Amino acid sequence: MRLERRSHVPLHIVFIAPVAAVCVALSLAAGLIAAAGVNPLTAYMELLRGALGSRLSISEMLTRATPLIFTGLAAAVAFRARLWNIGAEGQFFMGALMTAWVGHSLSLPGPLGVVILMLLGMVAGAALLAGPAVMRLRFGVDEVVTTLLLNFIALLFVGLMIEGPLRDPLAFGWPSSVPVDGAYRLPDLIPRTRLHYGLIVAIGAAGAVWLLFSRTVFGMESRATGLSAPAARFAGISLPGTLMGVAVLSGALAGLAGSVEVLGVTAGVTTTMSPGFGYAGIVVAMLAALQPAGVVGSAIFVATIFVGADAMSRATGVPSFIADVIVALCLLSMLVALLFTTHQVRR
Amino acid sequence: MIDAIELLLNTNLWAAVLRIATPLIFGVLGALLCERAGVLNLGIEGIMTMGAMTGWLTVFLGGDLWMGLMVAAIAGGLIGLLHAGLTVPLGLSQHVSGLGITLLASAVSYYIFRLVVDVGNLPPTIEPFRAVDIPYLSDLPVIGAILFSQTAPTYLALMAVVVMAYILAHTPLGTAIRMTGENPHAVEAQGLNPMRIRIGAVVAGSALMAVGGAFLTTAAFNSFFPEMVQGRGWICIALVVFASWKPGKALVGALLFAFFDAYQLRLQTVIDGVPYQLFLMAPYVLSIVALVLVARRAQVPAALMAPYRRGER
Repeated sequence: MRLERRSHVPLHIVFIAPVAAVCVALSLAAGLIAAAGVNPLTAYMELLRGALGSRLSISEMLTRATPLIFTGLAAAVAFRARLWNIGAEGQFFMGALMTAWVGHSLSLPGPLGVVILMLLGMVAGAALLAGPAVMRLRFGVDEVVTTLLLNFIALLFVGLMIEGPLRDPLAFGWPSSVPVDGAYRLPDLIPRTRLHYGLIVAIGAAGAVWLLFSRTVFGMESRATGLSAPAARFAGISLPGTLMGVAVLSGALAGLAGSVEVLGVTAGVTTTMSPGFGYAGIVVAMLAALQPAGVVGSAIFVATIFVGADAMSRATGVPSFIADVIVALCLLSMLVALLFTTHQVRR
Repeated sequence: MIDAIELLLNTNLWAAVLRIATPLIFGVLGALLCERAGVLNLGIEGIMTMGAMTGWLTVFLGGDLWMGLMVAAIAGGLIGLLHAGLTVPLGLSQHVSGLGITLLASAVSYYIFRLVVDVGNLPPTIEPFRAVDIPYLSDLPVIGAILFSQTAPTYLALMAVVVMAYILAHTPLGTAIRMTGENPHAVEAQGLNPMRIRIGAVVAGSALMAVGGAFLTTAAFNSFFPEMVQGRGWICIALVVFASWKPGKALVGALLFAFFDAYQLRLQTVIDGVPYQLFLMAPYVLSIVALVLVARRAQVPAALMAPYRRGER
């Protein structure tokens, strides 16, 4: 038995792959749910109801999906070019911190201010990834390790700032940064919910990234770099230039995630404001097979699992860590499923 | 300033260095073994978490401490088998698979812990490994307190360095492992199966990582809580590069990192007016600096991260 590359990929397999991967993941997780003494079907029904059962829960789920779309795009952009950016979590926090800091004392008209703040968030995120990208290109340091370590450094830096110079004197309880000025808060998309216009920005970003990758020279070059660096170089593509471009774009998207989360939801920055949006973005990107257009759908799926699992946990007593288990299983099964879209088993 | 220097003369500091280095030594040896055979194992962070949880839970449920380490090693080996299965016969991306393994192993660890243990206000504790005074040697001035009054797993870690260095450099098995990481086709030509060697190395390496994790809950602390591995796995991945894939240098790297970690913790108490986060950042920053300094000279195993398929080049 051996794996052989398919000469052409039938279209139906491309759509079956993620569905099959999710089914495998859900059935494996069912074993753990059963171990908690709960009927997995009941649990999954509760999960769906918790995420999609009411107007409020749907809005909550979409609120959670918004940053995941951005971090998912950040991972998709980077992974396509084989730039292993595992630092979206840190870039998220840098974008959030920059936005809260400048947005607290900015005096510009509302819409212009929002645009400026988002751009600054993107700059902060891009700056954090530019370091590892330069270290890889100049010194040959593997970016996986540097981006991972920078996540810890960034989080400590946020802690330092919000307990020091950027501390909100009015916040009680856990330390928080000063909030952005009310004039720059994103309006609600659905009244009386937390869902904000950031979702529209996220979907717009997905569209823009899709255009960039399918219709521009830069998109083609970055894909070529990911498929085969030596071949890309032979074709005259500048590897450092392309990788730096990819790094800036990926870091900017992750920074934008933090920026939009501050403008739309939290106003101030806390060290607990991200339940691992950066890491979950990797799963989102993989489930979308690194296709920008698919990222919106897979972000909604992952958000459904996370929001639904909280409600399911309250209703059935199954620990809410099951959401992380399901999401991780989806990542691994999708990885295998993707192999079978490009390869087939031959005897 | 004088205080900061005085700290260096304290035997407590140096004894702590060895204690803090122990999980790193296990972790870095495990990562090194996997990479020497050609497989990057980014599952390490999750595998250490799994080791910490299973080791602790075994003791909590009535097993003895050594049984805890055994169970942790087995759990780690099983997760390693999953990573090996995905990356060796299937040849999937070692980066993505490893990250997936980390997410999965951490999540499953927290899930099982929450399921089995009733966490009230305070996390439940176990009776951890005690320091063992080695007769006569522990009475030596200075060195005795630093080297010969550690817990048993610390001695085990130091022995593991020697054993690993010997196996890799002086045995047929070690040659086969190293060759698989350099040129798996040559291994095949010798009539050996490079896939089996890789799978074996990843399973054994992952078991070592898990023992490192178990040290945290059965010797360094006495309870398990989420996020307790705190990036130690990623540090180990950096240390392997720093050590240029050599066990002896890996020990040096682990000790160096542990020294900075132990020293910053004590510096916090004598230096006022500097935010504590800056001290906590220092070891991570230094790891990155160290990587930049050594990366150019690093002798990366030639077939690291290159999937092997029979008859394919």
